Amino acid sequence: MKVCIAAFSCALFFSASSQAIELSGNITSELRYFPDAPVSFGASKFDRGSSLSFSFAPEIYHEWNGGERAIIFSPFLRWDESDSQRTHRDIRELNMLIVQGDWEWRLGLGRVFWGVAESQHLVDIINQTDSVENIDGEDKLGQPMIQASWSQDWGVLDLFVLPGFRERTFAGERGRLRSPLVVDTENPVYESKDEDRHVDYAIRWSHSLGVWDVGLSNFYGTSRTPELRQRGYKLIPHYNLINQTGIDLQATLDEWILKLESVYRIDQRKSGDKNYAALVGGFEYTFVGAFETDADVGWLVEYHYDDRQKDATSPFQNDLFTAVRIALNDVQSSELLAGAFVDLDQGGYSLRLEANRRIGDVWKLSLEYQGFNNIDPDDMLYAQRQEDYLQAELSWFF
Amino acid sequence: MKINGIKAIVTLLLISLAWGAQAETAEEKGLEIAIAMDERDTGFHDLTADMVMTLRNRKGDESVRDIRIRTLEVEGDGDKSISIFDRPRDIKGTAMLTFSHGLEPDDQWLYLPGLKRVKRISSKNKSGPFMGSEFAYEDLSSQELEKYTYKWLRDEPCGDWQCYVIERIPAYKYSGYKRIISWIDKAEYRAIKVEYFDRKNSKLKTLIMSDYNEYIDRYWRAGDMFMENHQTGKSTRLEWKNYQFQTGLTEKDFNKNALKRIR
Repeated sequence: MKVCIAAFSCALFFSASSQAIELSGNITSELRYFPDAPVSFGASKFDRGSSLSFSFAPEIYHEWNGGERAIIFSPFLRWDESDSQRTHRDIRELNMLIVQGDWEWRLGLGRVFWGVAESQHLVDIINQTDSVENIDGEDKLGQPMIQASWSQDWGVLDLFVLPGFRERTFAGERGRLRSPLVVDTENPVYESKDEDRHVDYAIRWSHSLGVWDVGLSNFYGTSRTPELRQRGYKLIPHYNLINQTGIDLQATLDEWILKLESVYRIDQRKSGDKNYAALVGGFEYTFVGAFETDADVGWLVEYHYDDRQKDATSPFQNDLFTAVRIALNDVQSSELLAGAFVDLDQGGYSLRLEANRRIGDVWKLSLEYQGFNNIDPDDMLYAQRQEDYLQAELSWFF
Repeated sequence: MKINGIKAIVTLLLISLAWGAQAETAEEKGLEIAIAMDERDTGFHDLTADMVMTLRNRKGDESVRDIRIRTLEVEGDGDKSISIFDRPRDIKGTAMLTFSHGLEPDDQWLYLPGLKRVKRISSKNKSGPFMGSEFAYEDLSSQELEKYTYKWLRDEPCGDWQCYVIERIPAYKYSGYKRIISWIDKAEYRAIKVEYFDRKNSKLKTLIMSDYNEYIDRYWRAGDMFMENHQTGKSTRLEWKNYQFQTGLTEKDFNKNALKRIR
């Protein structure tokens, strides 16, 4: 046994020394300031103020066979001063890559992104959203998967078997960016009798043809977005079985980029008509070298629609997103995005500002502001009306 | 590239036949030099190289970028390439796939490792700075014959060599330059010095290429490229390392799937 372990460590040592194991990642400190006290029922007693948090996101990568075999491991840890639900850990990725001719396999916990839009990721469904991280929906939990990807002249065909479901994260009692009622993540309700062990399937075809990039996808399994139903002073997440068909389309034409994402979702329950369609579409227009400088100034407009209207599980039932994006193209890669979502039915709006800049070689400073204004009680964002925040993040990269 | 080269030669032959005994014009001589340069650079199939880019501002502050390049030669069209960014560390893992197309706009995709997202981007940004440096995207992109019109200006000594001096005028859209003047050594057709003039025809930048090495007995590559901006006082030095030709890369190494998994 000892010999075996010794031989194994030797093999590991030699493979490590001949093909180095790469370590990279970042440590980030984050400070959030909430100018308003939360609207709250139940136990929460704290009011306005600031909250400190730290995260650690390393990545260990090792490849051999000229990159045709690789292992990646990227855990994620967050500690939050106030919210025990936000203090969490996850394995974002732990998988093995095998490339064989036209086929590419990925086995383990992985991450996949689908789509083209900037303000909402509608067709993107493989990974669960880690919503305690940020409300922009861009932080995702690692998903157990077997992915097979086949590259041909007519495009790429991706097949997924997804054993095991990840629940969405929600802020806890002492957390912010939550609804007045706390979501009870201890007692989720599943439509499938297999609960969180239901095996989901997905298929996607994607291709680039001239100026067009197109993707068609189908997902069958447990919805990543729960319906939240009130029980006492808590909200219980209900995860339904769905079949979702999606399309994403982009045309890249010099300064104009046109984008469209749309889904049609069939609820697998027999009772009630829960099927719906949703879309997000718009354009991005870029002034390259604006005002005789090196900067690029982009203008983004995206329209959101969901035919469930008031019953939608997203706030974007009839909304317009407009933003300006500035990239200075300087040594520090300074960038700024300032935008607003406007609800075209009720007139409420939320403002969003993101800015970041590298400092020196290994540091990066990011600022973020989110404001909710004039939100109507009928709007899903009404629950968040007191959750305006200003955030500063300082990251160290290694 | 090859086909275009042959086409250009045929055109040139027809032109010279039509003109008969008449002396060659400066434009013809310029094109002839460009074709000779292009021919010497054709047939490499694929190459990989590492690039260390040192940016320096007027005060002397330096900032370093590490980039790896993989290029595949495409006959009859522009080359395909992937650039992989290793430093600064905050953009480590970011990679860019480019299908260049001569006069037509290039196709370009950017891989953002944080989101695992492949994003098609507009290639209109030819004149913009590459990674905040004094090199523009158009300075580093695949140099197809048809991208310029040419004119021979004179012959003159340039350092240790005798050089042709030719003027190029960009024929593609969205160039940041009115004209580019190159000093090409007569012996091996290597670019020794390049001067860039902005749209207002003021001298903008000078590129000095040195430390040339010959690979697989045929292809000359500069180990050092120094670009100085005369209008801002800033400069960028590119040091090329680990040049490898004919490594066995194929079309399959230059698609969106390859872009996603590349490190």
